[in-house]
Amino acid sequence: MQPLKNIHSTFVPLPLENIDTDQIIPARFLKATTREGFGKNLFRDWRYIDNDETRPKPDFILNRPQYKGTILVAGKNFGCGSSREHAAWSIIDYGFNVVVSSFFADIFKNNALNNGLLPVQVTDDFLQRIFALDKTSTLTVDVDKQIIMIDETGEKETFDINNYKKTCLLNGFDDIDYLINIKDEITAFEKQLEKAS
Amino acid sequence: MKKTLFEKIWEKHLVKSIPGGPDVIYIDRHFIHEVTSPQAFAGIEKRGLKLFRPEKVVATADHNVPTINQHLPIKDYLSRMQVDQLIENCKKHHVELYGLGHPYQGIVHVIGPELGITQPGMAIVCGDSHTSTHGAFGSIAFGIGTSEVEMVLATQCMLQSKPKLMRINVSGTLNKGVVSKDIILYIISKISASGATGYFVEYAGPAIRSLSMEARMTICNMSIEMGARGGMIAPDETTFDYIKGRQFAPEGDDWEKKLQQWKQLYSDEDASFDLEINIDANEIEPMITYGTNPGLGISINGFVPVSESITDEGERKNIIKALEYMGLRPGQSLKGMPIQNVFIGSCTNSRIEDLRLVASVIKGRKKNENVKVMIVPGSQQVAAQIVAEGLDVIFNEAGFDIRQAGCSACLGMNEDKIPAGEYCISTSNRNFEGRQGAGARTLLASPLTAAAAAITGVITDVRELLN
Repeated sequence: MQPLKNIHSTFVPLPLENIDTDQIIPARFLKATTREGFGKNLFRDWRYIDNDETRPKPDFILNRPQYKGTILVAGKNFGCGSSREHAAWSIIDYGFNVVVSSFFADIFKNNALNNGLLPVQVTDDFLQRIFALDKTSTLTVDVDKQIIMIDETGEKETFDINNYKKTCLLNGFDDIDYLINIKDEITAFEKQLEKAS
Repeated sequence: MKKTLFEKIWEKHLVKSIPGGPDVIYIDRHFIHEVTSPQAFAGIEKRGLKLFRPEKVVATADHNVPTINQHLPIKDYLSRMQVDQLIENCKKHHVELYGLGHPYQGIVHVIGPELGITQPGMAIVCGDSHTSTHGAFGSIAFGIGTSEVEMVLATQCMLQSKPKLMRINVSGTLNKGVVSKDIILYIISKISASGATGYFVEYAGPAIRSLSMEARMTICNMSIEMGARGGMIAPDETTFDYIKGRQFAPEGDDWEKKLQQWKQLYSDEDASFDLEINIDANEIEPMITYGTNPGLGISINGFVPVSESITDEGERKNIIKALEYMGLRPGQSLKGMPIQNVFIGSCTNSRIEDLRLVASVIKGRKKNENVKVMIVPGSQQVAAQIVAEGLDVIFNEAGFDIRQAGCSACLGMNEDKIPAGEYCISTSNRNFEGRQGAGARTLLASPLTAAAAAITGVITDVRELLN
């Protein structure tokens, strides 16, 4: 996992609520056995008129070249639905490293963090202010200080992330590294569990 | 100290708490399938690791498998590769696999309970959000992502923050024609598709107690559709009777010992929950969804909401977009509207009791000629049971297309898809845009309501056929 510290970028606004994982990456694209290459099918059915990737829907945000950046900003309850980690992989593979929303579905949030994609939960009010910004506006996210800022106005909000996960993100560690290091404790716990049952 | 059912099980599985971080939770059973496991095995191998406790992992092939001619090689190249990869991974890492052709194969959340692998008090995970199904036995069961599948394969543990706790009490008795699917669709319509995010839900109350195990599974299954981490029901005699004698259930002295432990699994009186919600079962009618998330549901005799009446701007926009996708008008009634497809199956409603409910409505009747009806048993064992009970004759005479076990048109990963623009009454769990095929329009309902529509060809109040 790549460390993630400070992000400064323009953003791609997607002001819809309840964006589910079937929209992020439809089930028919889950047949790969590797983690790479999912970005081309991100929001596939919203991006293309046809199934052969030949006719992009011109008004969809990812097809409008003036909107770009590594920050995706979406309406509340982002990532609801299935547990497919492919949703996080496709967002990262497309080139995002931060998703901002006023509410995230649980499993998506864990999947994102486990892959170095930072979910930044802001208030509804702050989210609406981002949506109202011009497309050339930039946002700054400071992982260590847990702050997101609208650069042109200086408006800021702090966001939650637990200390453990923050350390992981800043250093590029993952949970498996942590768990492997406590295997002796796990084995001792198993013995205790066995005795009790 | 008064404890909830959830807390009793969580504490028993708590290896340690990381200060300022999540808990390390020990996992008793890990179910895997072909779609969300290959990258986890690849990760294990890349790190040079072995599976820590392969005997605690059970695999099946369900998500992308065809539902016809399962004895032949899978035609779709990518699906075949994924299933072959699962076979190879299980062989290499000594994992028990109930693959295609095995008498135990089926949808992962159907086979775990029916084989007696799922038991009260366990911590269970699977790389699938509907793992909450297993909570019906009084276990902590939840869906995980592939990185988490990898960590459980590597250490039999995972990192989880303790969720908040919600209890939903369902009082009263169910009306005629109303089944457990209607209860959960009603609850989700009340608290919304995100109303339980951050919570683990315990379902309680006399209406829940009165349900069979299979009906309870339907309720816990859809917990994720309101955002909950999982759902659970305290075990009781109904639970114990269901488990006893199943292939992997404890036997003899071990059974007696386990039974004594299981009887301690309940929320203590006065144990505290972060949120309690009360539902009156008497108010529930057969339910159907009209929108593109499971929270957008109404009673079969209800009306699609008029968007102007919704004050929250985000929600109003959502409903306008959903109605446009669904081809429906604000304020309209759904009853009497023609449908083209009926799908009976999925981890929500493909068990033997669900199929008995369907048979009870259609016996001696034929499907409407304009409707295609697909019935997909949840497992090989369910498929064998419908033959043993003669239900296959009823389905065949009605003109239903009986398939082989798998997830099928619930998520349209295999070739079982609903054509663009067509309506499908589905006993599955999600009505998201394109879920059952690009452009497909899904209306979620109970097996009874689906069966009624199969016969009449239009959305029907099943009670009119039961009279």
